Amino acid sequence: MSNTKYILGSFADPDDMMHGIDKLQANNISIYDCFTPMPIHGIEAKLGVRPSRLPIAAFCFGALGTTLGFSLLYYTMVYDWPMNVGGKPSFAMPNFVPVTFEVTILLCALGMVATFFFRNHLFPGRTPRVMDLRATDDRFILAVDAKENADHALIDSLLKEAGAVEVKYNDRKYVSYE
Amino acid sequence: MTGKDITYAKITDDILLPVENKPNKAWWIGFTVAVLGALLWVVSVSYTFWTGIGAWGLNKTVGWAWDITDFVWWVGIGHAGTLISAVLLIFRQNWRNSINRSAEAMTIFAVICAATYVVAHMGRPWLAYWIFPLPNQFGSLWVNFNSPLVWDAFAISTYFTVSLVFWYCGLLPDIATIRDRATGLKQKIYSVLSFGWNGSVKTWQRFEIVSLILAGISTPLVLSVHTIVSMDFATSVIPGWHTTIFPPYFVAGAIFSGFAMVQTLLLILRKVMNFENYITMFHIESMNIIIMTTGSIVGVAYLTELFIAMYSRSEYEMYAFENRMLGPYAWAYWSMMTCNVISPQLFWFKKIRTSIPISWILSIVVNIGMWFERFVIIVTSLHRDYLPSSWAMFYPTWTDVGIFVGSIGLFFTLFLLFLRFLPGIAIAEVKLLLKSSSLQHKTKLAQEGAFPAEQVEYFQESLEKYDSVTEEEIKELSVRK
Repeated sequence: MSNTKYILGSFADPDDMMHGIDKLQANNISIYDCFTPMPIHGIEAKLGVRPSRLPIAAFCFGALGTTLGFSLLYYTMVYDWPMNVGGKPSFAMPNFVPVTFEVTILLCALGMVATFFFRNHLFPGRTPRVMDLRATDDRFILAVDAKENADHALIDSLLKEAGAVEVKYNDRKYVSYE
Repeated sequence: MTGKDITYAKITDDILLPVENKPNKAWWIGFTVAVLGALLWVVSVSYTFWTGIGAWGLNKTVGWAWDITDFVWWVGIGHAGTLISAVLLIFRQNWRNSINRSAEAMTIFAVICAATYVVAHMGRPWLAYWIFPLPNQFGSLWVNFNSPLVWDAFAISTYFTVSLVFWYCGLLPDIATIRDRATGLKQKIYSVLSFGWNGSVKTWQRFEIVSLILAGISTPLVLSVHTIVSMDFATSVIPGWHTTIFPPYFVAGAIFSGFAMVQTLLLILRKVMNFENYITMFHIESMNIIIMTTGSIVGVAYLTELFIAMYSRSEYEMYAFENRMLGPYAWAYWSMMTCNVISPQLFWFKKIRTSIPISWILSIVVNIGMWFERFVIIVTSLHRDYLPSSWAMFYPTWTDVGIFVGSIGLFFTLFLLFLRFLPGIAIAEVKLLLKSSSLQHKTKLAQEGAFPAEQVEYFQESLEKYDSVTEEEIKELSVRK
């Protein structure tokens, strides 16, 4: 038994890669992931990746921002230290709008991006989980788990048929940056 | 996007050329001048902090002058970056893909410059955090949330943070590209900066959602920021400031000056960095049209202001505007009128808006005009107040001039460093255009007969103005294969 962990189809053109996905799927070969230098539209539907729930997170953080922003204003201006400015009401709603709005935007942006980084394990200093160094440059990489899909010759021929420029058999999952 | 034989690899190579190689002479000359400017800024700001606000030409009557002018000027310039990256993304204007990165960088550096004035103007910068509602030992005595100046602190800091996050998220895939092409220490540094980006399906999916939502929230944010900046003036009772037209008028002015600055920078950038195929005449012309439109809005706002002052029959309001036009600062008022109202109208002529040298000069003229606009609004309204005995003039000191000129140096220092170490064009986003809006792709489709002849002809005519497209390439479009 070979030590191959992953078979990578390296395509020079995104359309060819999409073609490769179709071919593999028609032969019941599961695809591990794709690594591309740019977003490929429509690939999620093809691979059955569910729509992202980040908008929900963004909304929740935004709502939290509104609540916190307004509470801060209410607490400071109305409850803790109300000021009498010419007898005007201290609960001056229109004046609360700008800061509440800014805090909403701030928390929405920071919360959403933090969620994105958390879910995708992105943080400064993280070792990149990259399978092929050219995936961030000019190659569209289609990765197949070699242990789960035993018929390597079939995978090879299907990938090449679809237009893969190169098919790689990698013994280790990720590229070493050492 | 124009050019022949463009591949995904060539896009990466072209854009990373300045990042992966030693900088050329033009960069070093520019950088040296910019650093000298930045040093002038350091000296002037340090002197201000050491002596206090007395280092500036302010007096009892004119309490706001150059510093606030410069602040509003820089914030306004910053707005174009967000508009290009956010509003054009929402409207699916994919021509933004080649200019958004540098425009966003410009936003961040411009807001940094702007923020320095706010801190400097506080007089005691070590107490700058007093603007934020932190619990303290005076009560707690909170900040006054009824004041637009406090709103401004929130608006500018939110704007800076969100712009920075937006810009950096967009940079992640491109930093990963540099990382995977580099070796040794450079690879390690870019690896840390890339946050471990790998370009998997799920990463890209979430990336696109994040970009879209950030664009969606940045759009109202950018409008709110300049609205709040204008409220610093509009909520006061100073004639010439106390007008309801200020928010839309300031926002239009911000877009106007911002696009002018983007134009100034990009015209040089595309030449020096050989980005002619990515930043094309289409971008230049589109931006000139935006400058023309917003310039006209600003012009209408100036006239509306004058008319309303007259129509109000308010003695003070009428005097403020009479003084602007005919008083001791009339030269500033008419410079502003010429630069901002007349010069953008020249862009109605196709010859002018597709001429690179003229566009560049006019973009600088607009920037000068927009500086004068803020100066006119601030100083002419203040220098003759309600009490004629306290009327005064404002004369800048060397510190005022030093902080302004120096901040331009600071801005260019940051911008040149950005171009040296990070890709000036969003690589991943430009790659999206290769098989959709590139000339190469369109030529291929036209040769295959995908478009009717009159459409091809129209396209050929529109290509004539491009400096990066040769006649041969235009002719090739009508060759059937």
